[in-house]
Amino acid sequence: MIRLENLTKTFGAAGSGITAVDRVSFEVPEGEICVLLGPSGCGKTTTMKMINRLIEPTSGKVFIDGKDVTHIDPIQLRRSIGYVIQQIGLFPNKTVADNICVVPDLLGWDRKKSRTRAAELLEMVGLQPDTFMKRYPKELSGGQQQRVGVLRALAADAPVMLMDEPFGAIDPINREVIQDEFLRMQKTLRKTVIFVSHDLDEAVKMADKIAIFRAGRLEQFASPEHLLSNPATPFIETFLGTDRSLKLLRLVQVADAMLTPADTVRPEDPVAKARDLMEKSGHPAIIMSNGDGRPGGIILASRITGQGSCREAAEPVRATVPVKVDLRSAVALMFTHDMPVIPCVDEDGKLQGVLTYRSIVRSLANSKIAA
Amino acid sequence: METLQFAYDNLSLIGSRALEHIAIVSVAVSIAVLTGVPIGLAITQSKRAADFVLYLASMLITIPSIALFGLMIPLLSPIGYGIGYVPAVIAVILYSQLPIIRNTYTAIADVDPALREAGIGMGMSPLQRLRQVEIPLAMPVIMAGIRTAVVMNIGVTAIAAYIGAGGLGTFISRGISQTDPRQLITGAVAVSILAIAVDLFLAFVQKLLTPKGLATGVAA
Repeated sequence: MIRLENLTKTFGAAGSGITAVDRVSFEVPEGEICVLLGPSGCGKTTTMKMINRLIEPTSGKVFIDGKDVTHIDPIQLRRSIGYVIQQIGLFPNKTVADNICVVPDLLGWDRKKSRTRAAELLEMVGLQPDTFMKRYPKELSGGQQQRVGVLRALAADAPVMLMDEPFGAIDPINREVIQDEFLRMQKTLRKTVIFVSHDLDEAVKMADKIAIFRAGRLEQFASPEHLLSNPATPFIETFLGTDRSLKLLRLVQVADAMLTPADTVRPEDPVAKARDLMEKSGHPAIIMSNGDGRPGGIILASRITGQGSCREAAEPVRATVPVKVDLRSAVALMFTHDMPVIPCVDEDGKLQGVLTYRSIVRSLANSKIAA
Repeated sequence: METLQFAYDNLSLIGSRALEHIAIVSVAVSIAVLTGVPIGLAITQSKRAADFVLYLASMLITIPSIALFGLMIPLLSPIGYGIGYVPAVIAVILYSQLPIIRNTYTAIADVDPALREAGIGMGMSPLQRLRQVEIPLAMPVIMAGIRTAVVMNIGVTAIAAYIGAGGLGTFISRGISQTDPRQLITGAVAVSILAIAVDLFLAFVQKLLTPKGLATGVAA
């Protein structure tokens, strides 16, 4: 758990100096990722560096697990906090294993124990220990270096991590992969993470809490959902952009937005039944379910003509969406395939519900109310 | 032909003179490394100190060697070392300071600030950073400075023959005073060969001391 209390940093002479961080207070619960977000020069990095005392605060306090960090020797303090920097900063004269084991070695761990730990960590990010332990940083690709940089911060198993734009120096595709990888590890590791970023999408994806900074002040401290649906100030609204509703889509899973149980018809039902159901629900289409519970076709209200069975009226299902993905991917599928109603399926392809434009709008509105 | 004959006849003398030469340069440069590298490390802490020290060392190197030897005669005579081995060693120590201090300073100052920040942020003490990161990374450039000092001072030491320090310069000074081109050329060529040989040897040492991860041509 990390708590900041009225943390202030003034550079230059007192009175005439520049206040880089101005009375910032917030608390990050154990096991959460807090992203410090804001334009450059907003004080987010200075705030982070005061936590491991790379910068000494002018006033205010930082507590880690209730302990005031100014009462801990700075060198001991830093060894107890994982640290990842934007430029990666792997030591070119050390092998990958030695880079990962810098802090364990400083702490005087048994060499065998630390090297075993390094191998385990490499395994976790899909780098073969046998191949990579003895390599030098310049023999790695940018993405591999970035991974080793994160592993180095995890090596001593510190409960707290500071990450200064850790995935900034990497191409967008690899960045997504490494972000996902980190989130996956975080699920089991449950580190308390302070993560500096200037990228809103990254923040929304990674954060449990987002702290938005502006000119040294904390403008808003909230969960991504809350922030996107209830920006506290006009500045934040501008910073989030006009497409913030779209960003919100990312945070909602299909399972939470789909209509369930979905109205379905059987192939042998008359189309009249489909028409009745659609009139009642107001949906522009209805799914025809096969006997095995999989979606077998879709009947559009606008295309129903006369009589017959649903089998004859149904069109093939062009796309289905898994219930586990986020709404952004679902909307993309609906647009791509021009499907106003899309069937949502579980891992076995069984129909679980349907997603309509209206159900999406409603779930966004709900998150606004809940937040 | 005559010169070759002379050189051949005096091989053992050339050998012993070369050893004298090496004794002066190696002792002096070793002492200069012991003073120059710590000074170079120390002045990275203060830009003003660095400017002052580098300026002073540059001034030293502009003093003509013959004048420096001349200066040392009255200075060292009271303690009985006005001429010979001791003033030669002192002169070489002084001349070695600039390349060694400057290269050490530049190499340490040029270490990527990100690496320094990573080191501090992970809890290395200043000495640990120096030993684990900065000196290994600076090693190739520091070694280059030592090579420069050695090669330059093999030349300077040749002149030390005039103050009776011995070495290969003896052939040159005698060749001039006796108008004997055989001795003159033998001395000059021997000094050049010695300089090249020692430089190649030090290049090899430099390669050994360069951390593997920095070496060019590591298979990716």
